[in-house]
Amino acid sequence: MNLNGKKVVLHDMSLRDGMHAKRHQISLEQMVAIATGLDAAGMPLIEVTHGDGLGGASVNYGFPAHSDEEYLGAVIPKLKNAKVSALLLPGIGTVDHLRMANDLGVNTIRVASHCTEADVTEQHIGLAAKLEMDTVGFLMMAHMASPEKILEQARLMESYGANCIYCTDSAGYMLPDEVTEKIGLLRAELNPTTEVGFHGHHNMGMAIANSLAAIDAGAIRIDGSVAGLGAGAGNTPLEVLVAVLDRMGADHGIDLYSIMDVAEDLVVPLMDHPIRLDRDALTLGYAGVYSSFLLFAKRAEAKYGIQARDLLVELGRRGTVGGQEDMIEDLALTMAKEKGLI
Amino acid sequence: MSKKLKAVIIGPGNIGTDLLMKIKRSEWVEPVWMVGIDPESDGLKRAQAMGIKTTAEGVDGVLPHIIEDDIRVAFDATSAYVHAENSRKLNELGVIMIDLTPAAIGPFCVPPVNLVQHAKELEMNVNMVTCGGQATIPMVAAVSQVQPVEYGEIIATVSSKSAGPGTRKNIDEFTRTTASAVEKVGGAKQGKAIIIINPAEPPLLMRDTVHCLTESEPDQAAITASVQAMVKEVQKYVPGYRLVNGPVFDGNRVSMFMEVEGLGDYLPKYSGNLDIMTAAGLRTAEMFAEEANNGNITLPARG
Repeated sequence: MNLNGKKVVLHDMSLRDGMHAKRHQISLEQMVAIATGLDAAGMPLIEVTHGDGLGGASVNYGFPAHSDEEYLGAVIPKLKNAKVSALLLPGIGTVDHLRMANDLGVNTIRVASHCTEADVTEQHIGLAAKLEMDTVGFLMMAHMASPEKILEQARLMESYGANCIYCTDSAGYMLPDEVTEKIGLLRAELNPTTEVGFHGHHNMGMAIANSLAAIDAGAIRIDGSVAGLGAGAGNTPLEVLVAVLDRMGADHGIDLYSIMDVAEDLVVPLMDHPIRLDRDALTLGYAGVYSSFLLFAKRAEAKYGIQARDLLVELGRRGTVGGQEDMIEDLALTMAKEKGLI
Repeated sequence: MSKKLKAVIIGPGNIGTDLLMKIKRSEWVEPVWMVGIDPESDGLKRAQAMGIKTTAEGVDGVLPHIIEDDIRVAFDATSAYVHAENSRKLNELGVIMIDLTPAAIGPFCVPPVNLVQHAKELEMNVNMVTCGGQATIPMVAAVSQVQPVEYGEIIATVSSKSAGPGTRKNIDEFTRTTASAVEKVGGAKQGKAIIIINPAEPPLLMRDTVHCLTESEPDQAAITASVQAMVKEVQKYVPGYRLVNGPVFDGNRVSMFMEVEGLGDYLPKYSGNLDIMTAAGLRTAEMFAEEANNGNITLPARG
């Protein structure tokens, strides 16, 4: 693979996807410290919100230590060069949240839907484009649809006004060939001015390999997370990706030692548990289940005595999609009843 | 004189057709007119085939017939944009409007919670909230009838095939309207609503999760009894409404996990979300008819 001289825009997820791994309890001071550290390392774009995006604060997904307004209001004024993005899942957040984010100086809005349901994003993508924000369509759980279906849905988002489309491996299920095929088709068929991005999870140990495959196939924006702090086995660890891209001669603009230090000195110490490929995280990738289900399944195991792995496999079999965290406790209750445990 | 209230349905789409099939079985409501805007539409042809008078000229096409056909109740299954005009024109002629759109210009109506009150007050326009609201607000109310609810949250999961273009294009209206009704009708101080669309095949039945945070420690026995009684009330008009799990208690959190299977009249059984709207709309009209028949309310006078 030759990525020599290829332009790559890295996008840090530690303060949004990482919120899942922290049960949304990152403090304002920790957010500001990590964000300014990343800014100094040259990170161009940093995502900040509840793990489930703007408006995610809920019983279902967890109440955060601070509101989206508080996090964005604390981080944005402290950044010199880096821009901030916010995630928005229609059905959870609304255009009111989008306007709030815009008012606080958010540069990039990423409007997410399940990979077959892009038509729920029209209102939000349309408004973000009208506000002249950097507007991204984010197709989640992209392993669940064919490349042609992903393209069809990407075109919808493009038609609503998105200037960048993501193929999002929310379950960490994809292997590099699938990434190559899906990103390659998007790059070949979307408007040449529309950027293509890839968001990976490390549940099958493929996050770095998949990110390289995505760049090679034409993606310019690559999500990752410093120290991998993210849902499941984490996102693509950015300090590792930067080192790999350095050796391959790609043009990413990040200082390797600085980002290594942010990972080691700021992010690793705040982890509640090591972000690693334990059997449950591996099951997410193997069964194709939304990565943020991990901690919910572990909690249901502790409460109802049903193995998290069994819950995750069954949730995969049922075709659950992002946001269906409520089905985890429901399934645990049903399985516990069947086994006579309650 | 028949005790049945004569009805017009506006909007011959999936909802309107399903409603028509349900009304035909009703002891209290008789469908007379179906109103559309396209003479070639399948919906109007279906209504004709079922022996219903039709017009393709919108609400204006039925206005001259309201008095002579003694139409007393209208169901609007069109869109929020045209609802206000439809309602104004029909209310003027003394027709009670049951609003199945997200317009919500009248008070929210969730039958087992506040329909009796609306009927007694002869509200001329009631709004049926949303599918998620109909499926979950009875549960929030069941808890808040026992003790104060600080926060009520509902998560509605519907199959991709049952989420129509209107819902998709205006998904924020679902979350806003439902959250507002969780407060106003459910009795929660603060309401939150989430909707998830799932494309699995075969399509999943509508699922709804309700979380309530009570102000003080939940009275488990009283809440369980109240929830089970409320499920039975909803089952009177939606037999496929089921409590799958719960109520479960965790500190001050009370959670109920629901499933809604439709009757499969015109819409497939998995579309419990659409079925619960049409069933609740019909239940509402029936209550007005019962109250009028019992002499508890007097319908607007006609010359």
